[in-house]
Amino acid sequence: MTTIMPFGNTHNNFKLNYKVEDEFPDLSKHNNHMAKILTKELYGKIRDRQTPSGYTLDDVIQTGVDNPGHPFIMTVGCVAGDEESYEVFKELLDPVISDRHGGYKPSDKHKTDLNFENLKGGDDLDPNYVLSSRVRTGRSIKGFTLPPHNSRGERRAIEKLSVEALTSLDGEFKGKYYPLKSMTDAEQEQLISDHFLFDKPVSPLLTCAGMARDWPDGRGIMHNDNKTFLVWVNEEDHLRVISMQPGGNMREVFKRFCVGLQKIEEIFKKHNHGFMWNEHLGYILTCPSNLGTGLRGGVHVKLPKLSTHAKFDEILTRLRLQKRGTGGVDTASVGGVFDISNADRLGSSEVAQVQLVVDGVKLMVEMEKKLEKGEAIDSMIPAQK
Amino acid sequence: MPFGDAHNQVKMKFSSEEEYPDLSKHNNHMSKVLTAALYERLRSKQTPSGFTLDDIIQTGVDNPGHPFIMTVGCVAGDEETYEVFKELLDPVIEDRHGGYKPSDKHKTDLTSSNLKGGDDLDPDYVLSSRVRTGRSVRGFCLPPHCSRGERRAVEKLSIEALASLSGDLNGKYYALKNMTDAEQQQLIDDHFLFDKPVSPLLLSSGMGRDWPDARGIWHNDNKTFLVWVNEEDHLRVISMQKGGNMKEVFNRFCTGLTKIETLFKERNHAFMWNEHLGYVLTCPSNLGTGLRAGVHVKLPNMSKNAKFEEVLKKLRLQKRGTGGVDTAAVGGVFDISNADRLGFSEVELVQMVVDGVKLLVEMEKKLEKGQSIDDIMPAQK
Repeated sequence: MTTIMPFGNTHNNFKLNYKVEDEFPDLSKHNNHMAKILTKELYGKIRDRQTPSGYTLDDVIQTGVDNPGHPFIMTVGCVAGDEESYEVFKELLDPVISDRHGGYKPSDKHKTDLNFENLKGGDDLDPNYVLSSRVRTGRSIKGFTLPPHNSRGERRAIEKLSVEALTSLDGEFKGKYYPLKSMTDAEQEQLISDHFLFDKPVSPLLTCAGMARDWPDGRGIMHNDNKTFLVWVNEEDHLRVISMQPGGNMREVFKRFCVGLQKIEEIFKKHNHGFMWNEHLGYILTCPSNLGTGLRGGVHVKLPKLSTHAKFDEILTRLRLQKRGTGGVDTASVGGVFDISNADRLGSSEVAQVQLVVDGVKLMVEMEKKLEKGEAIDSMIPAQK
Repeated sequence: MPFGDAHNQVKMKFSSEEEYPDLSKHNNHMSKVLTAALYERLRSKQTPSGFTLDDIIQTGVDNPGHPFIMTVGCVAGDEETYEVFKELLDPVIEDRHGGYKPSDKHKTDLTSSNLKGGDDLDPDYVLSSRVRTGRSVRGFCLPPHCSRGERRAVEKLSIEALASLSGDLNGKYYALKNMTDAEQQQLIDDHFLFDKPVSPLLLSSGMGRDWPDARGIWHNDNKTFLVWVNEEDHLRVISMQKGGNMKEVFNRFCTGLTKIETLFKERNHAFMWNEHLGYVLTCPSNLGTGLRAGVHVKLPNMSKNAKFEEVLKKLRLQKRGTGGVDTAAVGGVFDISNADRLGFSEVELVQMVVDGVKLLVEMEKKLEKGQSIDDIMPAQK
């Protein structure tokens, strides 16, 4: 039975009967990118729009309304439900993107560079300090709506396509797919402590955006036999692709990343489901913070002295790097070990971002060594990159 | 114009099998009833406000089961949900409410003088008494589905209606978003305030959206009569006090509720009610009276007795911890309340609590003295 009728919704058909003032969210206690941009006037202007799949303004902003702020990071407060969200709601999302991505303008073009040979160095970070190296990104599959909005049928179709694509990889990428719903608790715990698996969705940032619906249906993880290349299916994005290994050979990690990613992309293209990409926003992902490269290249590095130095945060800012705890985005550091990664996503290429990490971490390890010897690091403070 | 939706337009292109949820690990009322064939028949429907099958069942899909209770696994988004999706909800209602049939009629009785006794439960054992119910305001969608504008309109109407109460019911409204953390914690400790929504049962159905916008609590100066606005239902009405005088609690409950209903009717927003389902509420488990009358009662010996569960069942009562529905008992003190909601009147349900608790306390006293309780075991009510 075909049904052309506009579908039902959790955003009911009655609400346009209410005035803008009555429907506009109370953002007075809020501190996220969406709250800074969304005025009552803007809300009034775009509240009756929807994308072709039916995603609305209230859908876009729900997570930001429900989560006024975050103790450690400035959250985005809005998500996309499909590729078209970035176009239909550009009046909201362009300024959010500009704020989040260092002034990136609606007319700017983003450069993609996944040619690992363009990276200089990166194979000699000191493993006494750099405990592990990792590069991750996300990819969205054209023709499907995104995790906040997709139906079970869509999510399963994405999983099916992903399983086909990933299980056809060979060589160092040969591996196996583990659907979340068939995994034992023990397997799952092991994968989490190996830093391989994604968390069950407990973060209200994700759950309020609807990304946890029907969990664990359609979700899973593929990894190669060596556990150095992993793909998460249907978490915050359709795909998250991760290359990682202990030690400081970021060059090798990045090479594997680029090669694997390109193999995967070819297979998806053959199935007529390429990745969402455009020349303005680069790779299209669920959260506006991940547009462009969607790339986070980082290391776990021991910086007990440098991290307590008064200039630590300033150094990071100048190097265009950010710090996190070793549990990931919402955690604090343990034992002086930090997760250091690139801060940028949009407006610079993959190679450029990984270069920043490689050069920046190399410098910070040198600084750490100096501080160990009781020497000053003032002469080494870098210029703003 | 027809509005957009979080349940996208794309999904009807997928077959019913592809969209049908995996309920193989599930144990709630919805999962027992919703077959693939039924899903197929209902998935293209929507209520006039746009609530869909997937909206109804999302909470049950996301929450396979509960350690203590058999959850319902589905909610209504508006009054019409119960009609448009009757093929799912009638069997759920029947399972949940002891075989209640689509043709059955529900009796409402809020005449508190019809209650016999209830003023003499032993306060050495019965620490507090409480009666609560819910009400939905006609003309608005329910908490899983309402917009901010609707929720605020419900709040505004409620404030107006409650502000005109007087005498023993004179009171004040506290909007959640203006409450200090200290006020809020005090009200929670006094068992007056509703929790911030952390239960996944509520969150998965969308009831936590926009929190704490338009949520609040009204209570009288004595703190014996309270109304929650915009939590799991538009209104929750509660009468409570320390000790065992359930008759007084129920008196106040009926008087207050009737006054409030009159005020809402005067504003052309009567309560949702029909002769089949009684009062229409968000969760199918609360249909009928929506009434939970209960006590906090000390039963350290009785609760360890092998026949405790059986006695409760025969008395048509249920136990909870003193923190409410998702908690365990502390120090032998239990929350004992009526198990039924639909198919019995308010008076009948409170009568069961009054009579049942009286008997349980007798049993406790016997066990304290080392006596047997076999000769006072009740028949099935």
